[in-house]
Amino acid sequence: MVNDLLTSPPGWIHAAIFLGLGACLLVIVLGFVTYAILAERKVLGFMQLRPGPNRVGGRFGLLQTVADVMKLLIKEDTIPKAADKPLFVLAPVLAFAPAFMVLAAIPFSDHLKFSDLSIGLLYYIAISGITTVGILMAGWASNNKYSLLGGMRSAAQMISYEIPLVVSVVGVIMFSGSLNLTEIVEGQKTVAYMFLSPLGFIVFLISSIAELNRTPFDLPEAESELVAGYHVEYSGFRWAFFMLTEYVYLFAMAALTTVLFLGGWNPVPFLGFIPGIIWFALKFSLIVFFMIWVRGTMPRLRADQLMEFAWKVLLPVALLNIFVSAVVKELFLR
Amino acid sequence: MDAIHIYQNNYLVVAVFLALGILLPVGALTAGRLLRPYKPTKEKYTTYESGIEPFHQSWIQFNVRYYLFALMFVIFDVETVFLYPWAVAYDHLGAFALIEMGIFIVMLALGLLYAWKKKVLKWI
Repeated sequence: MVNDLLTSPPGWIHAAIFLGLGACLLVIVLGFVTYAILAERKVLGFMQLRPGPNRVGGRFGLLQTVADVMKLLIKEDTIPKAADKPLFVLAPVLAFAPAFMVLAAIPFSDHLKFSDLSIGLLYYIAISGITTVGILMAGWASNNKYSLLGGMRSAAQMISYEIPLVVSVVGVIMFSGSLNLTEIVEGQKTVAYMFLSPLGFIVFLISSIAELNRTPFDLPEAESELVAGYHVEYSGFRWAFFMLTEYVYLFAMAALTTVLFLGGWNPVPFLGFIPGIIWFALKFSLIVFFMIWVRGTMPRLRADQLMEFAWKVLLPVALLNIFVSAVVKELFLR
Repeated sequence: MDAIHIYQNNYLVVAVFLALGILLPVGALTAGRLLRPYKPTKEKYTTYESGIEPFHQSWIQFNVRYYLFALMFVIFDVETVFLYPWAVAYDHLGAFALIEMGIFIVMLALGLLYAWKKKVLKWI
């Protein structure tokens, strides 16, 4: 259906239909965020031999996050007197809007996609970089020492890990010969790129965890030293938008990893009768689970280890991966 | 004609997503205004500093190290801007372009090595 829409001449009706579809996606993403937070707390609970949320909404705590959101909605909104008010108000919006925008480029299955951007991958990377500005703005506008340190660290970390992240996918682009995410998935009909470019996959996975500011790379909000990092001064729903940004990016990044390396909606051999969207969901959930698992397993790094790891280990490996990919392409894809 | 329609529609979608991404926070915060209490006291609006009386601004000159990393980021990000079109067109360019790209990357790697030697990458 979307394909027909995309090929017909654009107009206001199209804008309205896209708005409706986009709103549907927004609701789905918000639902995902609600239950991803619950899943994270539950899985971490089981890993640490405790039950996790189990009071609100039955024994599985199904309404715990809903209750949390409601609580945040009726919290008083305080903006410190010393803060730069316009920037303080703008920062959560600037952080959140790109997180949702990147989802426009991601194809979820053969038919279920919102656009067919020919530069999809570049679009994702370019737009997701804007969030760094939002976070830095939040840290600066708060006029708080913890926020400033958290914001600065966050910006330094996100730009440092963006380099290995973007270089590690060059191999994938070489294999598929396209930046269009749909074509990248089509290129993985026979074998997923994670097997052809394992080096790139590992670098991508590590840097994506760092880009998401998740443990073991959660220094920007290291609560033992920075209280909460860049959002110390934020309360209520403004704070909620930073959390939302984080989890929408989790959604986007897991979807992107699925598309780039796990073969998107392509089925595992011999199981082609299961529809593509279910395969996508399975692979996607696997990545999300992996992220939670890493959080339950690894301790937080030190700031110096963090930065040196990006530049001295991941970047050279990612550069090497380009040539390894060239060799792999000559050997297997000719 | 199809191609141009796809192109226009794609960016229409992007614009719609941008609008939704801005509307949600604005809408939620405006709706929240009706729900949340407003009882300001002087203490609530002070800057949080772990219970200590806040002193000085935090709008200060910051450690130069961050600037060096930002500079490195720009260099390598521009590199990827060159790498992506090359990777897309790799099939048509052949071995010669591969060698050229090899030289390009080695030169940038030398830059990285120089920064490494100069202890720019060392985080203290």
